[in-house]
Amino acid sequence: MTTGAAGPGRGVEVRLDDLQRRYGNATALAGLTLTLAPGELVALLGPSGCGKTTALRLLAGLEEPDSGRVVVDGVDVTNVPANRRDIGMVFQAYSLFPHMSAMRNVEFGMQLHDVGPAERRKRAGDMLELVGLSAHAHKYAHQMSGGQQQRVALARALAIEPKVLLLDEPLSALDAKVRSRLRDEIRRVQLEVGTTTLFVTHDQEEALAIADRVGVMNAGRLEQLGPPTTIYSRPATPFVAEFVGLTNRLAGVVKDGEVDVRGARLPLVKPDTPNGPAIALVRPEAVSLVVDGDMVPGPLIGTVIATAFLGATSRITVDMGDGTVLAQMPTSEAGALSAGTRVRLALRKDPVLIARDESKPTEA
Amino acid sequence: MTAPLPDTTYVSGRGSGSTAIAAAGRPIAGSRRLSLTWVGLVPFFIYTGLFLFLPTLIIVVGSLTTKDGAFTTANFSGIAQSYLVKAFGASITISAASAAIGAIGGALLAYAVATGNPRGILRRTVTSASGVFAQFGGVTLAFAFIATVGYTGVVYLFLKDHGLDFYPKGVWLYDLPGLILIYTYFQIPLMLIVFLPALDGIRPQWREATESLGGGTWHYWRYVAGPLLAPSFLGCTLLLFANSFSAYATAAALITQGGVIVPLQIANLLTSETGRAAPGLAKSLALAMIVVVLVVTTLYTLLQRRTSQWVR
Repeated sequence: MTTGAAGPGRGVEVRLDDLQRRYGNATALAGLTLTLAPGELVALLGPSGCGKTTALRLLAGLEEPDSGRVVVDGVDVTNVPANRRDIGMVFQAYSLFPHMSAMRNVEFGMQLHDVGPAERRKRAGDMLELVGLSAHAHKYAHQMSGGQQQRVALARALAIEPKVLLLDEPLSALDAKVRSRLRDEIRRVQLEVGTTTLFVTHDQEEALAIADRVGVMNAGRLEQLGPPTTIYSRPATPFVAEFVGLTNRLAGVVKDGEVDVRGARLPLVKPDTPNGPAIALVRPEAVSLVVDGDMVPGPLIGTVIATAFLGATSRITVDMGDGTVLAQMPTSEAGALSAGTRVRLALRKDPVLIARDESKPTEA
Repeated sequence: MTAPLPDTTYVSGRGSGSTAIAAAGRPIAGSRRLSLTWVGLVPFFIYTGLFLFLPTLIIVVGSLTTKDGAFTTANFSGIAQSYLVKAFGASITISAASAAIGAIGGALLAYAVATGNPRGILRRTVTSASGVFAQFGGVTLAFAFIATVGYTGVVYLFLKDHGLDFYPKGVWLYDLPGLILIYTYFQIPLMLIVFLPALDGIRPQWREATESLGGGTWHYWRYVAGPLLAPSFLGCTLLLFANSFSAYATAAALITQGGVIVPLQIANLLTSETGRAAPGLAKSLALAMIVVVLVVTTLYTLLQRRTSQWVR
């Protein structure tokens, strides 16, 4: 444990180098390579069983890789036990020691590092203040809400001034409102202390909102790593396009670097895609709906069957006869589109991905 | 037990229609309907009343009266007789020893089960078997030990033939050490049954959190698992003590002469055919046992309550 005060600039570089891990015949990690810059918050996002938690546990030292290296601050810690790695961790839930008060929980790590009672009490107080729980210092876990417990867990993990902070789906057991508030809280605290952080989640909204960079994982591999905006607007693979955000799968035909979708010609992310039938992946916000006088039945004419109010925007489901298409537009414009309204689809000419394309993991 | 009247309870046949309507939906003064939720507990109340509270009352009254029904405290003074004090000492020794051995052995077994596959065959087999063994006692258990490790038991004879005689100074099976050994037979499985839930409540995250905070196995047991399990462990040990302290059938089947422990002394005092029957003294002994068990079970309950808010 370092003895300096908490603050920006404490982050170190973390490198996961071709990590592999198998459980029996199942491959949890198939060669994960990932570098976290000092002070950066990277979110690993993916469905259950994609290997994101395994990656985090290997970094924590709670499991050993079959091969590959874990390097923290330039030191190979692959064979260093968890309790000597200087890595703080916040678990999914129920990780506070139930027989200790919030204050004692936060003090405990410092006690293990031989920090004197007065000093650790002071720092535990500071940490609880950092997470806004000074008034709850003497409460036990069963006397606190789930959100408060996770904030104490965060304070406890940061109290030992770790080189790296790991967050293993820390918000998944909380209700939506608390989750969103605590998410912002975690980010604020992380920026304040400047600790390099790996955040594992299956919730795309969480990952996109909190991270400097998001790594989307699938079947033990990193499909794409990049800033949230890039992950969302320029997905590198069909998996990323479909896992992050909503995507329309529209049948079309690839021809000469473009895809023809219901008569509309859209550019391709990968213009060298071979010609032939294909599924184009189109974001709902790339679909706009027009109501004009000429509604002669055609490939781009459909009927609104549902409108979902999402706040500033609304999502409209359009029945095209051979399937449905989702469109997302400002609520002010969607007001007139009640169920039964005939609409014309207009597809924005953003480059689209083709679902049959099997891209390799890409660094965006 | 009463409960507020439901809204659908109306006055019927009282006053005019308009009055009845006006009264609708309001509780009716002086007409409270009894809730029937307690009816299901009637058999339980009858059972405990007849076989727990009534005998206790009989014991209390009997211990404070002479054969003629006059009030006396002489029965309690009688407990101070040396052979009864010795029996109390023996009962406490056997109970404490078998509780300690049972608690340690049962806790280790429970730990092995708790750390194994929660749906595995080991857990299912051990817990099912423990459920049976914990209730195994009396003549059958005494016979099982006599037939195996008694002076003519197959195990004893086999080992003796191979040079191992565990009765070099005489048979101890029918004395205190024998009772401790036999009681351990049902104490270990009982400990497993009562202590396993506490072990199951220990979350793996607590060990991992300790590790990530810089602690090792020693720190985990010293500061986390130990303090969390200690109240439950002590409570279960007390339960084992009470279980052993009040056991009668196995000792009665094994020891036919004399009264090594209090329950056997009570039986002797109640059934003596040599003119030494003293039912009042027997009842005062029984009352003393009840007090001991009551103290122990109260401590057990307090300890369990302390743990229940942590480990659930």
